[in-house]
Amino acid sequence: MEQFLQQLTNGLAVGGIYALIALGYTMVYGVMKLINFAHGDLFTYGGYLGMTILGSLLLGDRLGAVGGVLVLAFLVMAAVAAMGVALERAAYRPLRDAPRLSAVVSALGASIFLQNALMLVYGARVQVYPESILPDAAIRFGGVYIPLIRIIVVATSVVMMLALYLFVQKTKIGTAIRAAAIDQGAARLMGIDVNRVITIVFVIGPALGGAAGLLVGLNYGQVNFTMGWIYGMKAFTAAILGGIGNIPGAMVGGLLLGVIEALAAAYLSVSWKDAFAFCVLILILIVRPTGLLGERVAEKV
Amino acid sequence: MSTILEVRNATKHFGGLTAVSDVSFDVPEGSIVGLIGPNGAGKTTTFNLITGNYKADLGTIRFQGKELVGMRTHKIVQLGIARTFQNIRLFQQLTAVENVLAGRHCRTKGGLLGAMLRTPGARREEEAAVERAISELAFVNLGDRSLELAKNLAYGQQRRLEIARALATDPKLVILDEPAGGMNEQETDDLVELIWKIQERGVTVLLIEHDMSLVMRVCEQIVVLEYGERIAAGSPSEVQNDPKVIEAYLGTEEV
Amino acid sequence: MSRKLLVGYLVAAAILAVSPFMMDAYELDVLNSVGLYALLALSLNLILGDAGLFNMGHAAFYAVGAYTAAILNTRFEIPILWALPICGLAAALFAALVARPVIHLRGDYLLIVTIGMGEIVRIALVNDVFGLTGGANGIFGIARPEIFGHRVKTPVDFFVLIWGAVAVTVFLFHRLEQSRFGRALNYLREDPVAAEGSGVNTARYKLVAFALGAGWAGMAGAIYAGKMRTISPESFNFWESVVLFLIVILGGAGSIPGVLLGSFLVVALPEMFRGFATARMLVFGLVMMVMMVVRREGLLPIRTVRFRTKDVKRAEAAPKDVKGAEVAR
Repeated sequence: MEQFLQQLTNGLAVGGIYALIALGYTMVYGVMKLINFAHGDLFTYGGYLGMTILGSLLLGDRLGAVGGVLVLAFLVMAAVAAMGVALERAAYRPLRDAPRLSAVVSALGASIFLQNALMLVYGARVQVYPESILPDAAIRFGGVYIPLIRIIVVATSVVMMLALYLFVQKTKIGTAIRAAAIDQGAARLMGIDVNRVITIVFVIGPALGGAAGLLVGLNYGQVNFTMGWIYGMKAFTAAILGGIGNIPGAMVGGLLLGVIEALAAAYLSVSWKDAFAFCVLILILIVRPTGLLGERVAEKV
Repeated sequence: MSTILEVRNATKHFGGLTAVSDVSFDVPEGSIVGLIGPNGAGKTTTFNLITGNYKADLGTIRFQGKELVGMRTHKIVQLGIARTFQNIRLFQQLTAVENVLAGRHCRTKGGLLGAMLRTPGARREEEAAVERAISELAFVNLGDRSLELAKNLAYGQQRRLEIARALATDPKLVILDEPAGGMNEQETDDLVELIWKIQERGVTVLLIEHDMSLVMRVCEQIVVLEYGERIAAGSPSEVQNDPKVIEAYLGTEEV
Repeated sequence: MSRKLLVGYLVAAAILAVSPFMMDAYELDVLNSVGLYALLALSLNLILGDAGLFNMGHAAFYAVGAYTAAILNTRFEIPILWALPICGLAAALFAALVARPVIHLRGDYLLIVTIGMGEIVRIALVNDVFGLTGGANGIFGIARPEIFGHRVKTPVDFFVLIWGAVAVTVFLFHRLEQSRFGRALNYLREDPVAAEGSGVNTARYKLVAFALGAGWAGMAGAIYAGKMRTISPESFNFWESVVLFLIVILGGAGSIPGVLLGSFLVVALPEMFRGFATARMLVFGLVMMVMMVVRREGLLPIRTVRFRTKDVKRAEAAPKDVKGAEVAR
């Protein structure tokens, strides 16, 4: 039972990360019907930028743990958001009216470019996070060991998801995003500035992804330039699992996938862990492509 | 005259919307039948039920005695029903000949090995297919445009090309979805001639049209749909004078 | 095919023919690499360029072929070239099996699924599935191919084998283009609804395209196994699939000459400019982005018509029967 609870908490922490990244995929897909392959790399940049900022600005010493982390998070999210906007302008905007395959290829190209640029700057080896600014505490109950950082990860993920959900449901901009996701043309006719909506989506999504990268760096103490690939794939699986284009779906999908993966690794086999996520992806697309919370769209002949 | 197509109680729902409800009609072999009704009446959906693009939720559709509901579209084409699309679905980046050759696909057999080895049998089949494609192009008066890309053809020519592609499948029944869409009077006259020529070949014609003059001239029988239901059927004059039809198109008379 | 294209091929063939005499062993080996990639890219072109199916897991089919050859050779002592057709068949069957449940998926979803399948295959190989694949270290000690008793071992030997295979492939695939089969793939790519509505069994052709492309990649895998004598899962990872995808897109999806050019550029150029080899992938990424904006159809998008023009000329010259009589105007 303890083993189960332990794995459950582990899974929720990883799942929170997946959910944060998945939100980026699902928002972009919802509005542009495009899979942003480069999103996983923005997540990686979050991790690396966090490391660099931590190491150079000595925020912990100057602002204390809480202040330091908040400022760190803010800086990382802002930087990655800026990258996201630049990415959209460079790789996707010119191809708005082009056939599907072009946008896909461009997205892939952007991903490859970003990943390798990172490698050239930081090197191919794993990079270690500087001494963490957070205390090394943990709580223990009923034989389950939960480090403080893991609680922070889960809490942060949940808080951000809730904030996003409220934003999308209750604010005017949020409604504009939802409208554009349903029908871009109609939204435009209603006076919604779709370009602005897209820019906002590319601010929020990457910001969340960057935050996820920072959390991963703080949690595991290290980053490597290919982590965007595997996290990205799994986050995408999570988005599909919940229903691509569906924001609550991404959250549910992320947490669910994290838990399933942790349990499968513990009770079935560790070496096949990554393959497991891919299997879930393929199964979902075959059996229920709209995902757990998604909607069906039929093609008119 | 025997019935080539028998539609009985065809029903199709899309979520909460019932697009086609309990529609029944017969298409006599060798005739020209029109399906008319206001926009949104379910005409194209009915066609899609016949061609297998949608599966009927209820009812049966029998073609020469064979049940069509649940059959894949390409099999239905092989059985002998060909169609054109309301929004023209040609292979725009391909030449006119290649478009018509698509119709010959289900009537030829050449496969992988025959293609790679260019066996005499495969070659003969290719020559015959191309010959047939060219003659169908001539039939719809596009004989001089065979090597033109479909996207470079004028709108009316594209509609005729789609008909040529449908005819290339050796159909017994051809379903035309708004073939006169976007045509001027001269082109519509030519279309009427073309439809009669198709009938002369022994092919039955079922068409959807909004152009009433064309419908009244060409159709021997007319079926009228409104809100997914059949509200009238009969000869052109019967239908023209049917009060329900008049109401559907023009609204009720003011008292 | 057109006269210009034929001349182009003859010129390229002539240049290739003298290459072994003008290049040293290292350069020849690069050329052999180009040839292998060309075989693989041509096989992917069937799936991606002709049928329009987004496949980014092609390395998996290559792997199935290579591992089949390696296993048959090291455990059952079957010579590589005899194993060739079996490898092709194994890869084709594998493709048909895994594609069947997902073939109906829309473009970008199919892309993701093929990436997933490629990864699952790689992970399975690393985990020594069925105890046959040797895990992360792979299989070693594969024998060289033999043609009529002559051992294929020098770069020149492999040059003849590989580029011979390329020549045969180009010849057969051009024939395929101009046939009912080739046209069916095109209809499928252009508009699957219209294709199905014209009587083409789209589901079947999608599967056949996958199987044929996979089978050819499998055979290339067998040659690769005989050349390298050692194979490991890392040679068949996602990036290999990406490189192949890039070659097809860069050269011109659906264009055989384009794909050949793409293979040369993507494989040989980084070798020619050693300095930029480390930033190779960086440049690839940039090229992909820029190409889509600047020249989406690829560098050499030569489309041959999918029928024999002389058939058309003959048909148009023939006297028309009643059906073809022009409307009196």
